[in-house]
Formats: sequence, C-alpha cells, structure tokens
Amino acid sequence: MTTELWARLQFAFTISFHYIYPPLSIGLGIILVIMEGMYLKTGNKMYEVMTKFWVKIFALTFAMGVATGIVMEFEFGTNWATYSRFVGDIFGSALAAEGIFAFFLESGFLAILLFGWNRVGKKTHFFATCMVSLGSMMSAVWIVVANSWQQTPAGYRLVNNGGVIRAEITDFWGMVFNPSSVERLSHTLGGAFLAGAFLVISVSAYYLIKKRHEEIAKAGLKIALLVALFASLFQLFTGHSSASGVAVNQPAKLAAMEAHYDSLSPGDLYMFGWVNETDKKVYGIAIPGMLSFLIHGDPTVPIRGLDSFPKDEIPPVNVTFQTYHLMVAIGFSLIGLTLISIFLWWRGKLFTSVLWLKILVVSVLLPQIANQIGWYTAEIGRQPWIVYGLLKTSDGLSKTVTSEHIIFSLILFTLIYAGLFVVFLYLLDKKIKHGPEAKTKELDFSENLRMTE
Amino acid sequence: MEFSFDINTIWFVLIGVLLAGYGILDGFDLGVGSLHLLTKSDLDRRILLNSIGPVWDGNEVWLVTGGGALFAAFPDVYATAFSGFYIPFMLLLFMLIFRAISIEVRSKEEGKRWRAFWDRAFSIASMAIAMLIGVTIGNIIQGVPIGKDKELYITVFEMLNPYALLVGMTTLAAFMMHGSIYLAMKTDGELQKQVRGWINNSTIFFVICYATATMATLIYIPHMVTPFRAHPEFFLLAFLNMMAIANIPRETQRGKDFFAFLSSSAAILSLMALFAVGLFPNFLVSSISPEYNLTIYNAASSETTLEIMLTMAAFGIPFVIAYTISIYWVFRGKVKLDNMSY
Ligand code: HDD
Ligand code: HEM
Ligand code: HEM
Repeated sequence: MTTELWARLQFAFTISFHYIYPPLSIGLGIILVIMEGMYLKTGNKMYEVMTKFWVKIFALTFAMGVATGIVMEFEFGTNWATYSRFVGDIFGSALAAEGIFAFFLESGFLAILLFGWNRVGKKTHFFATCMVSLGSMMSAVWIVVANSWQQTPAGYRLVNNGGVIRAEITDFWGMVFNPSSVERLSHTLGGAFLAGAFLVISVSAYYLIKKRHEEIAKAGLKIALLVALFASLFQLFTGHSSASGVAVNQPAKLAAMEAHYDSLSPGDLYMFGWVNETDKKVYGIAIPGMLSFLIHGDPTVPIRGLDSFPKDEIPPVNVTFQTYHLMVAIGFSLIGLTLISIFLWWRGKLFTSVLWLKILVVSVLLPQIANQIGWYTAEIGRQPWIVYGLLKTSDGLSKTVTSEHIIFSLILFTLIYAGLFVVFLYLLDKKIKHGPEAKTKELDFSENLRMTE
Repeated sequence: MEFSFDINTIWFVLIGVLLAGYGILDGFDLGVGSLHLLTKSDLDRRILLNSIGPVWDGNEVWLVTGGGALFAAFPDVYATAFSGFYIPFMLLLFMLIFRAISIEVRSKEEGKRWRAFWDRAFSIASMAIAMLIGVTIGNIIQGVPIGKDKELYITVFEMLNPYALLVGMTTLAAFMMHGSIYLAMKTDGELQKQVRGWINNSTIFFVICYATATMATLIYIPHMVTPFRAHPEFFLLAFLNMMAIANIPRETQRGKDFFAFLSSSAAILSLMALFAVGLFPNFLVSSISPEYNLTIYNAASSETTLEIMLTMAAFGIPFVIAYTISIYWVFRGKVKLDNMSY
C-alpha cells in the first residue's frame, strides 16, 4: 500500500471513531435541555432524577468525544501537512473559531452541568446546560463549515506564496456560507438529534420491557419520540436539499451516488442495487427518471453522467452508491419507526407491546450507522479531491512522513481505540443496568471533609 | 532584529499567550497527575482527581485553541512542526487520550485492580505529557534541520538529545511544583501536610533543573542569547522569574497558598516569555541555514486572515476569560466529594 492509502485509512479510522460520540453528545445535549426545562417548569422531582441519570451518560460520551477529538485537531498537521499549507489561511480560521467560540463554551459550562448541582442555583444550572448544548452545536457549525469549504470552495483566491500555490481568503462570509454549508450543517445536526433521541428511546424501551424505572422511562420515551419526529422529517428535507446541492456543485459525486454513467439519458432513482464498475452497469430496482424529477422537476431531463468526467476524476462508484442508499433507507426507516411509535402511543399501546419495544431497543444502531455512512458518501464521493477541484488527496500528504510512521501510529490507534471502545460499552451498559437513582445521597465521607474545613 | 508591532507580531504574542495559558492552567493539573501515585489511600486519590475534576477539560482547550490558532495564523509552522515531530506528537496524543479517559472512568468501578490500572495510566500519562512538551520546546530552542522546502527531517533519536531531555525534566519539575501548590489550596488536614512536603521537594527539584538548563542554554545555544544582548531590558523578565520562584517558599510558609500559586503561575509565564523573546521573530530556527528559518512573516497566513482572526479573538476572548474566571469561582475552596464526583 502507498503512503497515501495509509494516511487515508488512518484519517478515516480516527474520524469514524470520533464521530461515534459527537452526535450522541449533541443529541443528548438538546434532550437534557428539554428534560431539565421540564423539571424547572413543573418542579416534578422525577424530571430531576431523569436529568441526572442522562447527565451521567452524557458525561461518558462527552469524555470519549474530547479524548478522540484532540487527535483530529492535530492530524491535519501530522498527516496532511501539504494540505494544511494549502488551506491554512481558510480552514485554519474555522478550526480556531471552533476553539474560541465552541470548545471553551462547552468545556467551561460542562463543569457546572456535571459538578455544579450543589453549588449553583437551579436556574443557573439550567443555563449551564443550555450553554453546553449550544457549545456542542457551535462546534458542529465550525467544523462542518470547514469541511463544506473543502467540498465546495468559495470566497477565496489562489495565490503564489514563495513558489507554492495556496488558497487565501477574500471574503470571510462567502467562505462561511459556501454553497453547501447551510444544508450540510442542518443535515449533520439533524443526524445528531436522531442519534441522541434514539439512544433515549432505546434505553427507555429496555426499562419498560424489564419493568424497571417505568415512570422515568415513559416520560423519557415521550420526549425522545417528539424529538425524533421532528428530526427524522427534518432529515429527509435537509437530505433532499443536500442532494440537490450536490447535483449543482459536485456533479461527479451525484452521478456516483446513483451510479449514473450516461450523460444523454435522464437519471433513474435506485431503491437498491449493485454497481459493476467495469461494465458500468447497475443491477437493481429503479424508478425511471425519478432522479431527474427530484432535481429538475421533470423526469425527462438528462443528468450529467460519469462518462463525461476524466477517468482519474471519478470517485469509487459502488461504495458511494451503497453508503448513500443505505443512509436513505435508514432515513425512511426512522421516519417509519417514529410514526408507528407515536401511533401506538396515541392508541395507548406503546408501553405494553413488548415486541415493538424490543425493536425500539435495537433501533439505536440505525442513526449511528446512518451518521457514519453519510460521511462516507460525502467524503468518498469527493475523491480524488481533498479540496474539490483544487487539490488532489494524493497531493495533500505530509512530505516527511513515511508509511512506517503511519503504520506505527495506526497500529497504536487501533489498539487504544479498541480498548477504549470496550471500556465505553462496558461503562455504558453498567450505567444503564444501574439506572436512575431515586435518591441523591451524599457520600458518607463528604461530611467528614466538610467538618475539617 | 528590527521590532515593529505589526499584525504578525500581535499573532506571535497571542499564540504565546494561548500556550502560556495552557502551561499555567493545564500545567497544574498535569502536575497533580504526576504526583497522583504519591498518595496511597483511595479517598486521597479521589480528592486529587476531583481537585482538577471540573477544570481539566477547559484547561486542555487552551492547547486545542492554541493549535487551531497556529494552524490559522501560521500554517507553515503548524504543518512543518507537526509532520516533522510526527512520532512525539503521536505519543503526546496517545497520552492525552489515556489521561482524559482515566480521569473519566477511574472511579466508575469499585474493583481494586481497575482503579490501580487507571491511577497508573493517569499519572504516567501526565508525566509523559509534561516531558514530551519539554522535549519539543528543547528541540525548538536548539534549532532543527529545516530545509529550503520548509520541511523538517529529524529522527526520534536526534530529538532525544541531552539538552532536550533536560528541558523536559525542567518542564516536569515546574508542573509538579505548580500542581502541588494548587493542591495545597484544595486540600486540608493530613493530606495537606503531605502536600506541603511535595511543594518543598518539587521546588528544589525545579530550581536545580532550571539552573542547569539555563547554564546549558548560555553555553551551547548562543542564538537564544543574542536578543537579550541587543535588548538588555528583557533581562528584567529573567529577574521577575527569579523573584517569582523565590517568593514561593515565602508564601507557603506564611500559609498564603493562593499567593504562592500566583507566584508559580508568574514563574511559568515569565519562562514562556523568555522563550518567546529568545525565538522572536522566528517560530522555528533552522539548524541548516538561517535563511530557512520559519519566521512570523514567511510562515504566516495572508494579512486578511490575520485581521479576520484578530476580530474573532477580540470578540471571543473576553467571553472565554469571563467564564473561565466564573468557573474557578464557582468551584473555589476545598474539594468536596458527592455522588456526581469522579
Ligand atoms: C457534528 C459535529 C462534529 C464533527 C463533524 C467533528 N466534531 Fe469534534 N467534537 C464535536 C463535534 C464534532 C463535539 C460535540 O463538540 C465534541 C464531541 C463531544 C465533545 O466533548 O465535544 C467534539 C470534540 C472535539 C475536540 C475536543 C474538544 C475539547 O477538548 O473539549 C476536538 C479537538 C475536536 N472535536 C476536533 C474535531 C476535528 C478536527 C474534526 C474534523 C476532522 C471534528 N472534531 C469533527
Ligand atoms: C476538514 C478536513 C477533512 C479532511 C482533510 C478530510 C480528509 C479525508 C480523507 C483524505 C479521507 C479518506 C478518504 C478515502 O479513503 O477515500 C476521509 C474520509 C472520511 N472523512 Fe474526511 N476529511 C475532513 C473532514 C471530515 C469531517 C469534519 C468529517 C466528519 C466527522 C469527516 C468524515 C470522514 C469519514 C467518516 C471518512 C471515512 C470515509 C472512508 O472510509 O474513506 N471528514 N476524509
Ligand atoms: C432521509 C433521507 C436522506 C437523504 C435523502 C440524505 C441525503 C444526503 C446526501 C445527499 C448527503 C451528501 C451531502 C454532500 O455530500 O454534500 C448526505 C450526507 C450525510 N447524511 Fe444523509 N440523507 C438522508 C438521511 C440521513 C440520516 C437519517 C442520517 C443520520 C441519522 C444522515 C446523516 C448524514 C451525514 C452525517 C452526512 C454527512 C454530512 C453531510 O455531508 O451533510 N442522513 N445525506
């Protein structure tokens, strides 16, 4: 394997692992705001116990997010130095903004959220919870802006800087609101809300099956279902705008998503299929002309196909196709799951139909998978470009870093992350099995400590 | 060296401030981590952990933001240093991961072996981070082989030279001193007595390392000394630094732990300032030819970006400082454990 492949593999591995946690933190964050808001509004103790329980789970996902996120911040410099020199002027500012406007906010107020229960008033505590949630969404804003800029560059010019070409900013807001950032940000946040909501749904359903903590489980399930209802429909809508944007800005990616080769014919929409990249054929079931209809409102308009691109500018087709279709399938399944659950709730059967609750328990995996493969569609479909149309991935590497270096670090990452993942699952499982605590008791020795003060 | 206070210089200073902020803030929690294994009982260890519990993550954000700001303002420095120092940076990242996770999970299980494992991970990672930071600073002070292409080719063995290791030890000692003083503010009773012993020992350890490192710098690294010859007023920094260090035992003996903490913070700040003055206007000095130095001009982003970022900083940093102070205020006083604690 080449250095490039190792570097890509390492980036893909570390970012995929990181991206298990941020959606959970962002999604749980917003749900915590709702739960604690309910507590403040109703004064019902049950909501306090519920909030405290989910705060503990949140603390765990957050810690994992922090530990794995630091790697990402520096990996651009270690593995993609040439890319960093090329984009630093633009990409760097978004990353720095993330630090100043998001990470400080999150980490500061997190202290109060986790440890401040007995130190600040209820309202201040609620304020801190809101700030943590806001901070986590702000970090999504800046990192997605940065990523969207490399998907659809805008607000820049190319400048020769001492013999090396690089991109320099000309219009800050043009860079921030590049053609894809708004829809990709909303789509990413929607995916995060779904991840959080379905975690709560799954755990609540588990308690209902086991007949434990039923009051909290029912209330939690209701809150999460409402979030899921909003988010899953939102996801369909923002996903559709993303696809329409891709059609305009990254036609090769769109063609790969639907494996559309022939520029003269209208685009079909596959339900599912398998792409044979050598024969340029798709085996599967399609709605003829539907892609053209979705994008242009007319099923007979031809869509630019892969055959119109130079051979070395075509992304891997089958992977892009499969990840994209699976994401969309999951999107529709989530809408279905939510609607049926709400229907059952309305009919008063939701909390007793064990079979359905069992389905809800496993449904937690769906948004996780969709979030991962959503990024795969976006990133693999962008290949061979690291900055779309400007810089190829193979030209973005660090010149001083060899395959051996990367293999060394990749092996260590694999071992460490595997260990971390086991610890994460173990503690998550333990916390869920342990469940919410009805009473918030002080530990014994805290009394002694206070007396010696 | 011509000195003009332009926007590149401002960014040199700002990044210095972010990294000094990191040194002062994460410095004490890395110090606490390095001392962690000196306590034996589970309760004491939990008190140590929870003394930094609410703040360590925010402290680390100074490093993250410093890295982001370096990327934005001086992309060539970010790219050259991070790819050039690949292996040590990866080790640093691994240690940061271990540390974050051990703090989070250590007390989540009752088992003795579980806790002993994460206690060690936490402490060793803290020490390793301090050493790695110091070794990197040591290499930057010495100058590194940067070529015409702005790339840095250096092996791990070249990096682990005696001078760099000495700076590494000095950093570790400084953080231990700083951390033990912080702990004196956060503990009481028997534990506090023990902590006071650590303050003495680590201060002595630091002074020895620091004196040796200063001698070595004066003898072997002339380019760090030239700026001070040209501008003797900067010797004031060295003087301030010594005063701050000398003040530490005085304040601890009087039981004014907070003032001792301010002194050790001032000591770290002035050390960073000395380092920055010695480097300026370079970020990375090339040991091949001064022509290839990465300076605040040839490694910088465009002026537009530097200006935009300055606006952002002017807008954001007051908030950051405001809530950093409020968080420390909320969690002032001795450590109290409750059922949300680590
Ligand atoms: C959609 C949102 C999202 C995406 C795409 C990413 N992250 Fe992330 N990141 C977060 C959302 C997030 C978060 C929600 O803000 C986290 C997760 C949990 C947490 O503690 O903060 C976080 C943590 C986190 C941290 C630790 C912050 C701290 O110490 O508090 C760093 C340095 C990064 N991330 C950097 C990155 C980089 C460089 C990414 C891209 C390659 C990236 N993240 C992708
Ligand atoms: C902004 C700077 C980024 C750069 C330079 C970058 C670069 C890359 C590269 C080179 C790959 C490997 C592609 C391949 O193997 O085909 C990749 C994959 C990936 N990236 Fe990005 N990426 C960036 C941002 C992000 C962000 C913010 C996310 C979201 C969390 C993300 C998610 C992914 C995922 C999930 C993959 C896996 C795809 C695969 O397995 O190949 N990336 N990225
Ligand atoms: C309902 C149908 C859905 C459609 C039509 C859809 C469409 C899309 C499209 C076209 C992209 C690529 C955007 C680009 O490359 O710029 C994308 C990316 C993505 N999708 Fe979806 N999606 C759907 C459902 C979901 C669901 C349910 C989730 C998660 C729970 C999800 C998570 C993501 C993520 C994380 C990305 C990468 C970030 C981005 O590029 O916006 N998607 N989606």
